Amino acid sequence: MACMVSRSRMANQLRGKMSFLLGTCMRSSWTSSKATVCSTSAHRHRFPSSFMPMLLFQRFSTAKAGECVSQPCDDPNDQGLDFPGGKVSFSAEMRFLSGSPEERISCYRVLDDYGHIISGSSFQQINKEVALKIYQDMVTLQTMDIIFYEAQRQGRISFYLTSIGEEAINIASAAALTMDDIVLPQYREPGVLLWRGFTLQEFANHNFGNKSDYGKGRQMPIHYGCKRLNYFTISSPISTQLPQAVGVAYSLKMDRKNACAITYFGDGATSEGDFHAALNFAAVLEVPIIFFCRNNGWAISTPTTEQFRSDGAVIKGQAYGIRSIRVDGNDALAVYSAVRAAREMVISECQPVFVEALTYRVGHHSTSDDSTKYRPLDEIEHWRTARDPVSRYRKWIERNGWWNDEVEDNLRSNVKKELLKAIQIAERLEKPAINELFTDVYDEAPSNLHEQEKSLREMIKKHPEDYPSDVPI
Amino acid sequence: MALRRAGGRLLIPKRAFSSSLEAIEKPQKDGKMLNLFSAINQALHIALDTDPRAYVFGEDVGFGGVFRCTTGLADRFGRNRVFNTPLCEQGIAGFAIGLAAMGNRAIAEIQFADYIFPAFDQIVNEAAKFRYRSGNQFNCGGLTIRTPYGAVGHGGHYHSQSPESFFCHVPGLKVVIPRSPRQAKGLLLACIRDPNPVVFFEPKWLYRLSVEEVPEEDYMLPLSQAEVIRQGNDITIVGWGAQLQILEQACDAAAKEGISCELIDLRTLIPWDKETVEASVSKTGRLLVSHEAPVTGGFGAEISASIVERCFLRLEAPVTRVCGLDTPFPLVYEPFYMPTKNKVLDAIKATVNY
Repeated sequence: MACMVSRSRMANQLRGKMSFLLGTCMRSSWTSSKATVCSTSAHRHRFPSSFMPMLLFQRFSTAKAGECVSQPCDDPNDQGLDFPGGKVSFSAEMRFLSGSPEERISCYRVLDDYGHIISGSSFQQINKEVALKIYQDMVTLQTMDIIFYEAQRQGRISFYLTSIGEEAINIASAAALTMDDIVLPQYREPGVLLWRGFTLQEFANHNFGNKSDYGKGRQMPIHYGCKRLNYFTISSPISTQLPQAVGVAYSLKMDRKNACAITYFGDGATSEGDFHAALNFAAVLEVPIIFFCRNNGWAISTPTTEQFRSDGAVIKGQAYGIRSIRVDGNDALAVYSAVRAAREMVISECQPVFVEALTYRVGHHSTSDDSTKYRPLDEIEHWRTARDPVSRYRKWIERNGWWNDEVEDNLRSNVKKELLKAIQIAERLEKPAINELFTDVYDEAPSNLHEQEKSLREMIKKHPEDYPSDVPI
Repeated sequence: MALRRAGGRLLIPKRAFSSSLEAIEKPQKDGKMLNLFSAINQALHIALDTDPRAYVFGEDVGFGGVFRCTTGLADRFGRNRVFNTPLCEQGIAGFAIGLAAMGNRAIAEIQFADYIFPAFDQIVNEAAKFRYRSGNQFNCGGLTIRTPYGAVGHGGHYHSQSPESFFCHVPGLKVVIPRSPRQAKGLLLACIRDPNPVVFFEPKWLYRLSVEEVPEEDYMLPLSQAEVIRQGNDITIVGWGAQLQILEQACDAAAKEGISCELIDLRTLIPWDKETVEASVSKTGRLLVSHEAPVTGGFGAEISASIVERCFLRLEAPVTRVCGLDTPFPLVYEPFYMPTKNKVLDAIKATVNY
């Protein structure tokens, strides 16, 4: 067996490795014929049996383990291994990769906390019109969050979920895309839809589940979707949209469209199997997709320290062979610039890009959650004020002379008025009719659904008091 | 690990298994004798050939697949339309949903039905609800998931299961299982072109074993239509997929004892054709349902309950189920686990003589 191993070129290298690995015990018994001492009971159970030929081989090696690796070696086969994926060089040093890099991956930023452009920063120029629309939509999103949250508290809608603290991610990323790009959202990105032209009335119709809701009142509030705006309907399960987005991107690639898919998700989503499936599929199938991770520190009550031990999410993109960047998610200009550049790359090179935006979920997870139970108030307060993405961006547009208090007040009051009106209208609109309970399960209702509809209608006639009066029969 | 050889259930003699001609929408011409995997292969060729937006993918499909169902497709249609995916069932299902949602025909292969469970969430929570939850703005109707199921004589726990009933509990999905090559080709083409997501279970025991004449042309068989494949008066027997071979043998044996069985291939499990089964049971007054999957919670339970609801006064004996045992699928004990011919025959006699 020793002879057989000695013919292998690789064995020379492995011999060096093994000497190091088994250093202590080997040295003591090196020249004795009892070199197999390491295979006595204490060690037998530690190494798989495949290691045994190498242990035996040690009997034929030189006296000092270190010498054999320092011998010059001209044979190119000894310097590396041709292995699928490229040449792998050999190393005499037994070195484990560190679990975490010495320095954390840096975070790309354009605006400092005071809204100044950081000198030397590279970013995409934005004209005044786009810059102002970004700000106006961020303010609209803030206002929506305040008013819908209140509407839920008053019992007028059943559920709501805010995006407070993540306005820059929502709006600036949307601004960097084109309408042909296809969005597969999670649920904290209504701003993308807002940017694309979803009206306040459309938001309200959905949250009230009335007959004008595109989802026909079938899902909880905030599960928006809009075919016209290339925004896939939200589903509650975490990460399921990621592999779907890869399929969407594959279709765009096959159709040679000048467009990409973008999918949004949080830090918690990176623990799901679908996340890993999607990144791997995207890398292997080479598709134009942007993975946008909103690392906001909290998955309901679970902080990222209990979610993963890697350096955030960005490093996972790289691990799958995907070009990746970490950006300051509360810096609208950085988010805009990174997504803009990512979009160009994914389309021109047909390769995925991973964007991790560092931010903070300033609001509770949802209206069913009280986050003060699991995180300190001053932490929330710090992010709500000192790190607020909207006021930081406002300082920049003010400095450009594009904004002032008067315009601000007008905007906020107009948005509020418009939204309250939309809510009033949405609230008055009747619910979708009972027949919509049975449509769209399949393209055409099968006989069992016809039967069930018939028997339900009979039951409603018999016991009308059991059923909500605002659903037309 | 993958089984590379189907067939080999030792107790069963190899013979052709026929399906009735009446069900075929177009008249048969230039049919060739084909086994089941070749019929699937022919259907996939036609699907890709007739629709430039059709794609076939999954683990190992590029070289032809571990059961050879995708042989020759990559060479003919190119690696962009026929390709391997990473080894990840949830990824395959999720990717397929996205592809289908863009107006493509996504024909995904899950290598064994035993390995479909990582994809369960994508199939149940995503594919099945895609149309409904969006108010019909989006749908993934172009999705067909093909997967080999069932016993093969040596598959043990993880190459033998029949998980169809899990998917029959999910509104929005269709579940289809063919019994023979001709059926497989026509039903698969219908599934691929149906505007709803379909899980298509292929009886891997029959991939090589079942051989019959299969029309070469493009044809589809209707979904949600059961087929009476043997007329009879004394008892109605309902099954699907590979189990129909066993049921045919049991019917032959029963006939020798003077019992006339009406045999129905359900073909589509959801939405299923209650009317055909009801009409038959109304005539015979007796029902036996048989499947390989464990009896408890199997789709046989649904058929039993529905028929009792509809035919209570016509029934002359309790509805009987002859199914797999409520154990994990056992290797050495497979002959004991299976709903074999004699188990079925005994149940037929007991029901008729009740």
